[in-house]
Amino acid sequence: MSKFKSSKELSVLRKKICDERAKQKKTIVRVCNGTGCRASGAQKVVEAFKKEATKQGVDFEIRPTGCQGLCEKGPLVIVEPLDVFYQKVDPFDAAKIIDLTINRGKVIDRLQVVDPVTGELAVKEEEISFYGKQQRVVLRNCGHIDPTNIEDYIAIGGYEALVKILNDMTPEEVIEEVKKSNLRGRGGAGFPTGRKWEGGRRTKSDVKYIVCNGDEGDPGAFMDRSVLEGDPHSVIEGMIIGAYALGNCKEGFIYVRQEYPLAVENLTVAINQARELGLLGENILGSGFDFDLEIKRGAGAFICGESTALMFSIEGKRGMPRTTPPRSVGKGLWDKPTVLNNVETFANIPPIIIKGADWFPSIGTKGSPGTKIFALTGKVKNTGLIEVPMGITIREIVYDIGGGILGDKEFKAVQTGGPSGGCLPKEYLDLPVDFDSLTEVGAMMGSGGLVVMDESNCMVEIARYFLSFTQVESCGKCPPCRIGTYEMLEILNRIVEGKGEEGDIERLESIGKHIQKTALCGLGKSAPNPVLSTIKYFRDEYEAHIRDKYCPAGQCTALGHYQINEEDCLLCGLCKEVCAYDAITEERNRFYIDLSYCQKCGACIGVCPTGCVVRQFERKSTPTGKQEVAT
Amino acid sequence: MSNCVCGAKKEEKKIQVNVNDVRKLLKKYEEKKGVLVHALQDVQKEFGFLPEEALKVIAEVMDLSLAHVYGVASFYAHFYFTPRGKNIIKVCTGTACHVRGSKVILEGLEEELGIKAGETTDDFEFTLETVSCVGCCALAPVVVVNEEVSREKNSKKIIAILKNKKEENDE
Ligand SMILES: Cc1cc2nc3c(=O)[nH]c(=O)nc-3n(C[C@H](O)[C@H](O)[C@H](O)COP(=O)(O)O)c2cc1C
Ligand code: SF4
Ligand code: SF4
Ligand code: SF4
Ligand code: FES
Ligand code: FES
Repeated sequence: MSKFKSSKELSVLRKKICDERAKQKKTIVRVCNGTGCRASGAQKVVEAFKKEATKQGVDFEIRPTGCQGLCEKGPLVIVEPLDVFYQKVDPFDAAKIIDLTINRGKVIDRLQVVDPVTGELAVKEEEISFYGKQQRVVLRNCGHIDPTNIEDYIAIGGYEALVKILNDMTPEEVIEEVKKSNLRGRGGAGFPTGRKWEGGRRTKSDVKYIVCNGDEGDPGAFMDRSVLEGDPHSVIEGMIIGAYALGNCKEGFIYVRQEYPLAVENLTVAINQARELGLLGENILGSGFDFDLEIKRGAGAFICGESTALMFSIEGKRGMPRTTPPRSVGKGLWDKPTVLNNVETFANIPPIIIKGADWFPSIGTKGSPGTKIFALTGKVKNTGLIEVPMGITIREIVYDIGGGILGDKEFKAVQTGGPSGGCLPKEYLDLPVDFDSLTEVGAMMGSGGLVVMDESNCMVEIARYFLSFTQVESCGKCPPCRIGTYEMLEILNRIVEGKGEEGDIERLESIGKHIQKTALCGLGKSAPNPVLSTIKYFRDEYEAHIRDKYCPAGQCTALGHYQINEEDCLLCGLCKEVCAYDAITEERNRFYIDLSYCQKCGACIGVCPTGCVVRQFERKSTPTGKQEVAT
Repeated sequence: MSNCVCGAKKEEKKIQVNVNDVRKLLKKYEEKKGVLVHALQDVQKEFGFLPEEALKVIAEVMDLSLAHVYGVASFYAHFYFTPRGKNIIKVCTGTACHVRGSKVILEGLEEELGIKAGETTDDFEFTLETVSCVGCCALAPVVVVNEEVSREKNSKKIIAILKNKKEENDE
């Protein structure tokens, strides 16, 4: 294919592709090839389909796609036009699917999804409760198109938004449209995108940059990865539109974290294909507008997700945040005005341009219009990637989409926003999820990780876990974060090891509040959130750890005391042998553990053949009243 | 394989750095701005880590001080200054994997290999590391074995598969 010289040529190609596809009316087998399904062997499934197709002489299209959401049940296969949805497909199943489903239109029960909510077999995607309450705007193409084939994207109306702005809209009109839609940045803070773009446009400069933040360092989040992998062109199109709106912006960068090799691969292919067709590069679609993109790979530093640090990293320096102002829209990359947005933010742009700014607020809430992608993980039955309208309640997400808690245990808390967010107890199950309501209760939207926890998860341990993450990732530039998080972590480590002291909770609160107020960048400012929110809602658990050396969830191995159940003891002596602390003694035909020597290492539990060494918990004081929660 | 390093001590593992090779690698970055991180990534891909001689060449070619080059490299977690094993096993300790028990897998592998996270076995066969989130949270807990995400949770099996592969290659 050669470069398009006008937008007309793009429309001609689109028509040609669509006509051809309509004429051929081929059966399409969509095999999910996102990272999740690949880990379960999806590439072999594609190979098997290819081989079987030749062997059986059946003509159909095998289309490897991006993530379809239900990664845990992968590899997923969908057979069009019947839209039969298959899970956990093995390469050996390819022959059967071709023979039964493609040739004879029959559904194979064994490969169907059993819905955890209804308990029934589902044939189509819509019948699975996981997809029921979802609304796909950003993920509209993910799982439907082959991300490495630009024709797929063009066929479903791709780059039409680009054509629209180049032909019919001035940069000011584009910004006005984005402002009117009230799209808020999906990178975490929810800053209005239109206003950011306007700031960038107003700054006078002959060179400007646009940057896409695909660092996604939040452990437990993978929405940006899925969009970059499964629908890279929509991000590219969003960025070209942004560059046009900025003016004098000929260069853009997509910063992708090192851990996402497939995203880099698919993005590279997509950029090259767009360039070949003249959708990137000089004189885009004959409009006289030049713009090109480059991928920058991260090198394993969470702090590089912060906007100023990310720009230093692109410049090839250490990724350390700087104080603002000046804001990046005034002085960013190489001191030039720079607009930086999240992957999901950019992917929202093309539909807003096409459908108009009035359509967008019809989804979601007044303050947070549109949808949000969440990575639903933890102790729910259906884990995976979900896109839901803002304002949906946590209960709907956990029970209707997630199918409830694993093993039908009790819901305990949901953690939103990763290391910068907070834990919300069951009193908030009916809280609508949007930027403002989450912030109000001490959690945060963050990038969109949603980790569900049940009664067996210890909240102190979770807070400790997040703080250990931020402590390691702190860049060390400012003392409140560098020293403060270290101090807090020391205290938390002590508490989970059973060495907590009276006053520790108050110390944590006081240090945490200081860090929030004085740290230089968002990492430090939000690092205490997981700790402060768990103290607020689960103070009782902290007290149990400190006062009674008792872990209500039974998770902290260093708490409780070890005991031998004499009844089942074989007197084999293995426990005595393994104990490195000489805490086990033999006396008159029985073994017992001397608690003053026992270090609670758990080795004896591991070796005992009859399982008679047990860890005993005992709550000494009565729990204080739960924190009142205003609703 | 001819140069078997079984039983070799870590200090004995020497990597020959051909200065001209490094220069060739850096050729494409001439006259470009902000490419130090990329250059380091390329060099690391070539040698598996960042040998001191290579860092010196980078400093010279890019007209930077060695301290600057080292300062940038040491900031990022993915740059290594010592040789690593042939097989790299990374246990995900991200949130989703953590709440679904990644600790057990890590401890199993540590025991199986006789090393701690962040270390390399004496024969340079295995390096064990942790990583926070590879974006496969829905399959948690996961392990990344030589860049491929695996759902295998049994540490013995993970090692056994790698050892078998190795034997195949040796034959
Ligand atoms: C420590 C830290 C890490 C961050 N990581 C990310 C990230 O991985 N991805 C992202 O899009 N934004 C991240 N952000 C937010 C960015 O600084 C920035 O606000 C955002 O990318 C702007 O895009 P938006 O306006 O589209 O939301 C992070 C912020 C902080 C303080
Ligand atoms: S708050 Fe933490 S991460 Fe941010 S600049 Fe200060 S030390 Fe660095
Ligand atoms: S827990 Fe460890 S220290 Fe205590 S008795 Fe058992 S082996 Fe000995
Ligand atoms: S290992 Fe178990 S069975 Fe053997 S002596 Fe100890 S407690 Fe008794
Ligand atoms: S990767 Fe296949 S469903 Fe997510
Ligand atoms: S937390 Fe392990 S893959 Fe995301």
